[in-house]
Amino acid sequence: MHHWTKRNVVMMCSLALFPPPLSGDGETSQYNESNTDPSVWFEDSPALNLYFPRESLKPHSRQESSSKSAFRDHCETLYTRSAGAWRDAGLSGLLNEIANSSAEVPKWLGVSSSCVLALLRWVSSFHSSLFPHLTLSSEEMTAEFSQVLDWSDCAVRSFAWHPHTQKCAVALSDDSIKIYNPKSATTPTLKHRLQRSVAALQWKPLCASALAVACHNCLLVWHVDPTSLSTRPSSGCAQVLSHPGHSPVTSVAWSPNGPLLVSASPRDTAMLVWDVAVESCVPLHRVGGGGVTYLSWSPDGSRVLAATPSSLFRVWETRMWTCERWPSLKGRCQSGCWSPDGSRLLFSVQGETVIYALTFTDNPGMPLMMSGGPKAATVVADLSETTLNTPDGDIMVGGEIQSLAWDPRGERLAVHVKGDAGAGRPAMIAVFKTQISPAFKLLPCGFVQGEAGTEPRLMQFNPNYQHGAQLTVCWSNGKITHVPFCFMSAGNPQPGLGGSPSLPLTQGRPADYNNQTLYTELIS
Amino acid sequence: MFSSDQSCCWFVRKVICWRAVASMAWSVLLLLPTTALFVLLIRFSLFHPILWISECLSLLTSASAIFSFILLCGVVLMVGFFNLEYYTVVPSIACSKIALLGQVLHPRQFVHSLVHCIMGVVVAWCCAFTIGGRYRSLGHSCTQDESSSGPEMCLNEYHLVLLLVGAFIGYSHSLVGVVYNMNYVSFHTMQQYKYLRFKGALPLVVKASAVQALYCLRTFLLLYFFMGYAPRAWICKTLDLNINSSIHSLDSVSSLLDLSLLYHLWISGTFLLLTWYITVLLFRIFVTEVYSFPVQSTFTEDAHQCLPKVITGTQPMILKFLALQDLALLSQHSPSRRLEVFSLSQPGGHPHIWTALSKECLSLLSDLTERLVAHHDTVATNGRAKSQSTGGNKRSTTSSEGSVTSVGMEDMKTPRPGALIRTPGSVFLRSSVGAGLRTPLTIPFTPDLDSPFSSPALRRLTGPLEPQGALSPGFSSIQSPHVMRRGPKLWSASTDSQLNGSPPPSPGPAPSPSQAQLKPSFLVTFLQNRKDQLPEASSQALFADSQVHIWALQGLSHLVAASFSEDQYGIVQTTLPTILSTLLLLQEAVDRHFKLPHTSSKPGHCSCSMGDDSYKTLRFALRSTLKTSVYRITATFGGHLHAVQMSAEHRKRLQHFLEYKE
Repeated sequence: MHHWTKRNVVMMCSLALFPPPLSGDGETSQYNESNTDPSVWFEDSPALNLYFPRESLKPHSRQESSSKSAFRDHCETLYTRSAGAWRDAGLSGLLNEIANSSAEVPKWLGVSSSCVLALLRWVSSFHSSLFPHLTLSSEEMTAEFSQVLDWSDCAVRSFAWHPHTQKCAVALSDDSIKIYNPKSATTPTLKHRLQRSVAALQWKPLCASALAVACHNCLLVWHVDPTSLSTRPSSGCAQVLSHPGHSPVTSVAWSPNGPLLVSASPRDTAMLVWDVAVESCVPLHRVGGGGVTYLSWSPDGSRVLAATPSSLFRVWETRMWTCERWPSLKGRCQSGCWSPDGSRLLFSVQGETVIYALTFTDNPGMPLMMSGGPKAATVVADLSETTLNTPDGDIMVGGEIQSLAWDPRGERLAVHVKGDAGAGRPAMIAVFKTQISPAFKLLPCGFVQGEAGTEPRLMQFNPNYQHGAQLTVCWSNGKITHVPFCFMSAGNPQPGLGGSPSLPLTQGRPADYNNQTLYTELIS
Repeated sequence: MFSSDQSCCWFVRKVICWRAVASMAWSVLLLLPTTALFVLLIRFSLFHPILWISECLSLLTSASAIFSFILLCGVVLMVGFFNLEYYTVVPSIACSKIALLGQVLHPRQFVHSLVHCIMGVVVAWCCAFTIGGRYRSLGHSCTQDESSSGPEMCLNEYHLVLLLVGAFIGYSHSLVGVVYNMNYVSFHTMQQYKYLRFKGALPLVVKASAVQALYCLRTFLLLYFFMGYAPRAWICKTLDLNINSSIHSLDSVSSLLDLSLLYHLWISGTFLLLTWYITVLLFRIFVTEVYSFPVQSTFTEDAHQCLPKVITGTQPMILKFLALQDLALLSQHSPSRRLEVFSLSQPGGHPHIWTALSKECLSLLSDLTERLVAHHDTVATNGRAKSQSTGGNKRSTTSSEGSVTSVGMEDMKTPRPGALIRTPGSVFLRSSVGAGLRTPLTIPFTPDLDSPFSSPALRRLTGPLEPQGALSPGFSSIQSPHVMRRGPKLWSASTDSQLNGSPPPSPGPAPSPSQAQLKPSFLVTFLQNRKDQLPEASSQALFADSQVHIWALQGLSHLVAASFSEDQYGIVQTTLPTILSTLLLLQEAVDRHFKLPHTSSKPGHCSCSMGDDSYKTLRFALRSTLKTSVYRITATFGGHLHAVQMSAEHRKRLQHFLEYKE
């Protein structure tokens, strides 16, 4: 009942209502917004326009097995090797070691360990038939669940703005992290033995120095002294947080007002809540899902979105750490973002081209969230394929959604659309104007395009931009640019668009989603 | 038993006792499935599954099983009672091995160990009864040789071994409890429901009990192998049993490697520890549950139960802890209760609630600052104490003596750790102050305790003094309050400076030359070697109760941040300069403390046992919370902070925070 009334308020937005993008004319990034806003600024911070050509970054060809064969003496005793295998790979490694060295062990031991190994493999194959993502290797898994489009090919693996000050961290494909601060001449480069295949970065809120890094098989929390002049902070500046079975880590999220950090791994069914200062963690186990892929903490700190590799996601409330399950999606939840007041969650689902919204009406201070949680998700925007008329001819836009970003003031929503290069639909960023109160509104705004032949790989809003919103985009050619959106925050957004958009040819079927809702089950 | 003060008695009576009773009730309930699992495991036979199940069922429903179950319930209740009686929210950290020894040998601990030993025997007897077969009874009839008339009673060594294992594990549980602070109850950063918390901790408890049982068993078997004849002979003598010469005794390698015996012993030990650990776990979960105090009450007779009143009390400690936890939570999560904090009193219009809360938090924080500064000063003077300490002036410190004796008196009055700071030597402190009255056992240790091990020079100088102190209790008792004043201070949280706020005294009395000519005895040198500081311990002891400070910081900073938009009368603004300067002073002190050479800058790794070692990392949590708190205030107020009055140095420091350069 509740959501039907809401449906009447929410106008569903589709790409067909967008003004067509201008054809590429060599600008680094172009942005077209209706010029009704009187105070349009195009202020770029040139110090942070970064360029990382892929050729300059040599990825480490460091394979675990190669170094092992180089250093491990093969004349070790069986006992030493078994102990090493147990330490490295657990029970299956131990059994494998014993089964492989049949010459040195009694026959019954070799045979029985082979049998147990076969049994284990059979069980695990059964397990991975339930959860197909478990058959992926760690790198593939990170690429699959990352918010970055085409993660393994991308020069910039991750990007993070500091929440309070003009400072950003960039993770590159050579497993280093660079920190840029326009006010300081030094750009520290962070390297660590364990810092491999970085999937996510986030700065700790209410802190100047701490940066959480989701790595291959651990979490690193760097403490980079902002006043230090060192360009290569030692690995002693990093706290290593690891937990058995928790690898690869694909997402991290700091609590906006506390010392807690949550981390997720697609292989681990538990979400870990770390108290970073004391390096202890509490695993939060729940049945179902087969892992956790993506985490997003609401800006008011009251809730956490946790997506799983299967068609299920959870929303945790952070007072008593109970969760509600949202099963029965079409696919897995790919991305999500929260409105600044934490009352609204937008998310996208893999295989679908729409944006869903959940509204949480209860008081964030309430201990129990069962009372005011939403009962159904509504579709608020449709990004299915559409042909837009431009002066240069028709172009196709739309497709599956890779990631979502909402600017900290709640006025602009950027949607990273995956596109399909084969079908002539490039990946692009569509920007919506949003209004949260008194009623939730989503209005088309424009597209963000890069140079010809480049596509956006990842995007993030700068939380410290004074004149509106600033979207930082990393492009496939290794450039990082900043697209400003300037508007008067207090005023009402213009309801109409400047120029009347040419009537589009709609190819998708947006009407199909109208009657579709998702339902939740309330389970602690 | 508990402090007779009316204002806190209600809490212990109404809340703590009920929580303890609830936790005991749950542990008794959980004893049922645990026992059933134990029976299934101990009677396990791979080749006769049906026989195994049916045997277990018939055993579980028999009258004798019910009797032993009642016994086990009694044991669990007893363990629960001991948990309630011995728990502490501020761990006692032994700064030296000698202090640790003192804790172990303390009479209170002796009672604990003895009772646990006996309970271990009782549980082991129930286990023996359940296993049946060759373990069933202590004696069995045997025919020694043809010449004797009729059957005699012989000792059943299997039964004896099982009982001894029970006693040993019971004792080691008690002993390990002291070493690893098993009685310490820690509070969690994350709030979770009790059931979920229990569910999360249960696998760890099972693992910990299995591993601990294995270690205990190993040690026990070694002991029994070398000294097993002693208890055997003793039992035979007292109970007039014979030793069956036809069966090999168990203290041989071959018979101790009997796999079935080892399995039975291990499972029994695991069962014993598991039931006890579950009781401990449930007690911890129940007692640390959040208690929501009313911020203000409409009735005056309930006024002593309100948060501003409760938070200022010191007894019992758990009350203060829960009150501060509630403050920290309300400041974060509940706008309606925050509104009450920011409200004015109805007649008069005074912000009594805010004043009381902020005053208490600030005094806690400045206490910590003083403690840190005092510690830092003493450590800093350590290096150059050599030249200064030769002056022979005896300091007359009546005030300090008074304060120390009052601490001693207080400790003697309340058996539970009462003082805000349990100094590492506090067990000793207590025993040595009451040495003349209580037990002569502690007297030999007294000199070590109060010997000023602060500086090497002092140790060298006062070393020869000690044999006299050790030999003459009278001398020791005269000296002890005076010297003790310095003893704990130098390496640990200083009780007296914390109490009376006096600056640390300069290194103290030099011995008179005549005494200095005596040679140190062997005992003294031995004890002094043992007294070498555990390097981390002094730092840990300083921050032993820092959970309180963490909550005070969180509560204050969240309230101040919320006041930016919620405080209608501007009452927080008046305290803002004090709050900021207190935080910055503490920040400075903490920074200096972490720069000391013997404090590690990173938390170590936790071991997998039941002992809660979260107190070891409290200082890191405090450091991080402190920084976050200052940032929370600066991020909320921003440039408005320039209008706040403060010293130039603090302004500079604050500017760093405003620019995110800390």
